[in-house]
Amino acid sequence: MTDTAFRLTDSTLRDGSHALSHRYTTEQVASIVRGLDAAGVPVIEVSHGDGLGGSSFNYGFSGTDERELVSAAVGAATTARIAVLLLPGIGVADDLRDMADRGVAVARIATHCTEADISSQHIRLAKRLGMEAVGFLMMAHMAEPAELLDQARLMESYGADCVYVVDSAGAMTTADARARVGTLAEGLGCQVGHHAHNNLSLAVANSLAALDVGASQLDGCCAGLGAGAGNCPTEVLVATCDKLGLATGVDPLEAMGVAEDLVRPLRPEMGVIDRAGLLLGYAGVYGSFLLHAQRAAARYGVDVGEILLELGRRRIVGGQEDMILDVALELARQEARA
Amino acid sequence: MTLSCVVIGSGNIGTDLMAKLLRSPSLELRALVGIDPASEGLARARELGVEATASGIDWVEAHGGEIDLAFEATSARVHAANAPRLAAAGITAIDLTPARLGPPVVPTVNLTEHLDAPNMNLITCGGQATAPIVAAVASASPVPYAEIVSTVASRSAGPGTRQNIDEFTRTTARSLEEVGGAAHGKAIIILNPADPPILMRNTVFCALPDGYDEAAVAAAVEDMVERVARYVPGYRLKRPPVFEEGPFATPGGPAAARVVALLEVEGAGDFLPAYAGNLDIMTAAAVRVGEALAEARVAQGVGA
Repeated sequence: MTDTAFRLTDSTLRDGSHALSHRYTTEQVASIVRGLDAAGVPVIEVSHGDGLGGSSFNYGFSGTDERELVSAAVGAATTARIAVLLLPGIGVADDLRDMADRGVAVARIATHCTEADISSQHIRLAKRLGMEAVGFLMMAHMAEPAELLDQARLMESYGADCVYVVDSAGAMTTADARARVGTLAEGLGCQVGHHAHNNLSLAVANSLAALDVGASQLDGCCAGLGAGAGNCPTEVLVATCDKLGLATGVDPLEAMGVAEDLVRPLRPEMGVIDRAGLLLGYAGVYGSFLLHAQRAAARYGVDVGEILLELGRRRIVGGQEDMILDVALELARQEARA
Repeated sequence: MTLSCVVIGSGNIGTDLMAKLLRSPSLELRALVGIDPASEGLARARELGVEATASGIDWVEAHGGEIDLAFEATSARVHAANAPRLAAAGITAIDLTPARLGPPVVPTVNLTEHLDAPNMNLITCGGQATAPIVAAVASASPVPYAEIVSTVASRSAGPGTRQNIDEFTRTTARSLEEVGGAAHGKAIIILNPADPPILMRNTVFCALPDGYDEAAVAAAVEDMVERVARYVPGYRLKRPPVFEEGPFATPGGPAAARVVALLEVEGAGDFLPAYAGNLDIMTAAAVRVGEALAEARVAQGVGA
């Protein structure tokens, strides 16, 4: 890799999977990987949106087994390395072993931002399997910078090569992102990354702020495809960096082509910050809850905004999609009573 | 007639277990057994008039003739080392660790099948809370696939669970098949750090093939909740079981519908705080297994 300002991981085929209810086909995966690889994207993440083993009642069953999708991605890439996501408590060690056998080079191990110690088994295993290990501290807006640093240090101590500040709710202002990424960059020996969502329309701005305070890795998804109002759009980030003179190693026009021709047709309305998407960022709710909340709202005749606000009040964390049903039923019961 | 028992492990679980055993009419607590003379649990035992020893398994072996049952509240590794010595001393082990040396036991489901086993394993808190619900559904309908989401307060998840979350996840999933009777089981484990701490929540999803009887499934679930609540008083359904039409493409094959049971477990607050329903359900299940053994041995005319 020539000198770049940061390393880009494109998560269209992982975080973007939420927006498609985890229905990618092997053909779609292979063609998107070919496009990103040709554009120069160095790392491409492929998994169920909730990580390995995410296919479930709680998060939605995968249309195609993620193992087949990953193998298709590995087969289609020439220079890009393939990454997977694993949340301890959802995916298990055998899933990671299988991924190493399939040629996956990067394992991103995700926990809620205050629970880093449950990543020790899987970060260590990834390293033993010869993979690069990335720690992924989700819902990072819920922890103050100093607490987040303590958690990041745990991941580093298990062997993480990089620790990410993950704004899963798209709830961080630019000052929030800067404080957290900056504190980790100063306090860790390993690299620091930032994963932004666009619920407050700040994903690119926060990613640039993260670079400014020492981030070495950033995430994006083509056309912003992803949970909630979407991720940091890969092609916008790359184009903006190009104008700022920050080398990404990615061709902006080719990235735009992948986003426009291969990804946008999958979900043309992606990128609109509607009320529900904005509410996620405003109330600090896990972005992947949005589509599940919309479905529960329709099924039980309650308001999606009310569901999201109540989830925020209950301080529900990522993974607790079952509580969406709990809240919807409770709201329906209250309305029936009123 | 009572059975004489010891608790091995003087941590939070062992201390909570001690409080419950002191109330049991059929189990007599002979000692709390630790390895650290400065342990708070051992000090608490002495305050309560219970013999407390820091000599560990050696003490248990030396008193083997006086002891019928040992509750193992240490760690999987320690139990693996202790188990042969307990067996040699003729002491039945009720194992609260994830060692899984003996058959997995849920009191309301399969206890009577294993009363003669020298070693019984209590699976995990998630398994104790959810496998009975899967078994209840399976008594009324085939269950091609069962999935549970078990969420506990961060403060109630000790280092043993955290450092072995992979085994915890897999063991819980397997219990949905082995004890619950599902063809395929999946477990999802979540830690929630909210403060004040949340009560343990468990959500059980069971796939239902065509032709299921909604009333029979709901009745079986509600009956099972009532039976578990007899030994875990804070175990309850948050609302009646919910039936949702599919179809769903589950790993156990296509399912016409699913039933969802939303459960909450509030602890009894014996020693552990009430939010730690996940720990309470383990100690309460352990005592229930011990009492069932005492009843069985009375029936057989043996015992201490």
